[in-house]
Amino acid sequence: MTFWYSIAGHLPFEWAQFAFMQNALLAVLLIAPLFALIGCLVISNQMAFFSDAIGHAALTGIAIGALAGLADPLWAMLAFATVLAILVSVLRRYSSASTDTIIGLMMAFAVALGVVLLSRGGGFARYSRYLIGDLLTITPFEILRLVLLLAIVAGVWLAFFNPLFFVCLNRSLAKARGFPVWRLEAFFAVIVALVVTVTIPWVGLLVINALLIVPAAASRNMARTMTAYVLGAVVISVLAGVLGLITSFYWGTATGATIVLWAMGFFIVSLAFRRR
Amino acid sequence: MTQTLQQQATVLGPSCGGCCTRLVNFGVTLNGTVVLEAINLHVHCGELTVLLGPNGAGKTTLFRAMLGELPYTGTLHFVHAGSEERFIHPRIGYVPQKLDIDTLAPVTVLDLFAGALAHRPVWLGHSAAIRAKALDMLSVVNAHALLDQRLGQLSCGQLQRVLLALALTPVPDLLLLDEPVSGVDPAGIDLFYRMVSELRRIFDLSILLVSHDIPTAARFADRMIFLNRTILCDGSSREVLAGPCIRQTFGIDLANVAIQQLENRSNQPAHHHP
Repeated sequence: MTFWYSIAGHLPFEWAQFAFMQNALLAVLLIAPLFALIGCLVISNQMAFFSDAIGHAALTGIAIGALAGLADPLWAMLAFATVLAILVSVLRRYSSASTDTIIGLMMAFAVALGVVLLSRGGGFARYSRYLIGDLLTITPFEILRLVLLLAIVAGVWLAFFNPLFFVCLNRSLAKARGFPVWRLEAFFAVIVALVVTVTIPWVGLLVINALLIVPAAASRNMARTMTAYVLGAVVISVLAGVLGLITSFYWGTATGATIVLWAMGFFIVSLAFRRR
Repeated sequence: MTQTLQQQATVLGPSCGGCCTRLVNFGVTLNGTVVLEAINLHVHCGELTVLLGPNGAGKTTLFRAMLGELPYTGTLHFVHAGSEERFIHPRIGYVPQKLDIDTLAPVTVLDLFAGALAHRPVWLGHSAAIRAKALDMLSVVNAHALLDQRLGQLSCGQLQRVLLALALTPVPDLLLLDEPVSGVDPAGIDLFYRMVSELRRIFDLSILLVSHDIPTAARFADRMIFLNRTILCDGSSREVLAGPCIRQTFGIDLANVAIQQLENRSNQPAHHHP
């Protein structure tokens, strides 16, 4: 961290002199590329709605954590998101209802349960931090924990990228080639759930899904190959993250939502460069 | 093209002789409804077997069950030539009817091959080995020029050939083709069947092909099977076309047209052999 502060402190900007901005910038540089990377397959697999549901389900995880008397609900959130991801995968496999309906039902249930539990005695306002997120309060310890978790996820993600990519393209073809389709899909759901959940306190569950899908969607408009698609998404995500952080500092707005607006700006620009 | 195919065959190793894929008392029941039952079928290597049947006869279900996507009863195994005792699950190459992908998807033909064959994440670039391998297999189906094209830009016929090349990498024990020519123009259909027919001979492949284009399929099939919940007719193209199955389901006119085309082909000089 000392190393990072010595770099960030030398940036010739007013905002870069504050320790909380240096922390937030580091967090953005960690979160943005990983979100872009995972977002690319979320879009290919048409799982945008699923990742949104996972974000909202974190509310129930927070509630369970609070009920259990945990000071930090992160682990309860992770556990609940994982259970939900596996449940959706299993229901998708065995139910004849469409995936949309299943995810919609699970999301409605998780959000309602979370709100009911958290609003007991009228104390919901204490948890509004999770709705909007506050990147500027992230501490060095929390950054280190984030680095650890994201590094594990990124490593696993890279190792399984090709099978996941192939399953996203066509399930029957993947099955015929011997890929364990169901297990890969469940694994994918769990990874998405973990990444979204870990990041919610800083970005906020209202906009977290946009951070996952908007940079990838913008890049998809312009890219011809997988390389251009993924790298383009990473660049857009990092740009939107840094610009969003800086503007939110000067405007006094919520950082997560400001980043998402920048990403949306990039998406609109990308429409002009859309391939036929 | 023949020259290339033979080179490929020697590159890709020896083919089996006398091997076959066996389905014994194979059946599929979905939600309490019997979709397929009592299917006993030996598909021999080097044989192009065409699967016919009305809509809802269970042709696609048969494929999906063989691919392991649906639960089935009975057995499915592959018997190597000369090792009658060793039953293994066949390695299946599959060409779906169509690839349900967004036409804007930023995926090239090379990306598709790398996703199936490489360990390095597709977006981190492709190794020279994967590129060469993909090019090799694409040239088998005359599609080497498509290597860097996006999947969404390909015509139906081009996409089918790319998927066929992928299904042949590595060479499978059994190749399943699900209505491979839907959406392809007549000249393309003929070309595709000719190519499949060549591949079967050179790689000594067992091929099971679902078709609705009975006259064309009959010209190239070594054997025809009429399926409707179970196998109702089984024999050479001529036998099945002359039998009751086709006439009752598709009408006597179609059967006669197909037989007529078959006669025309017999009058032409036979295919050249190596």
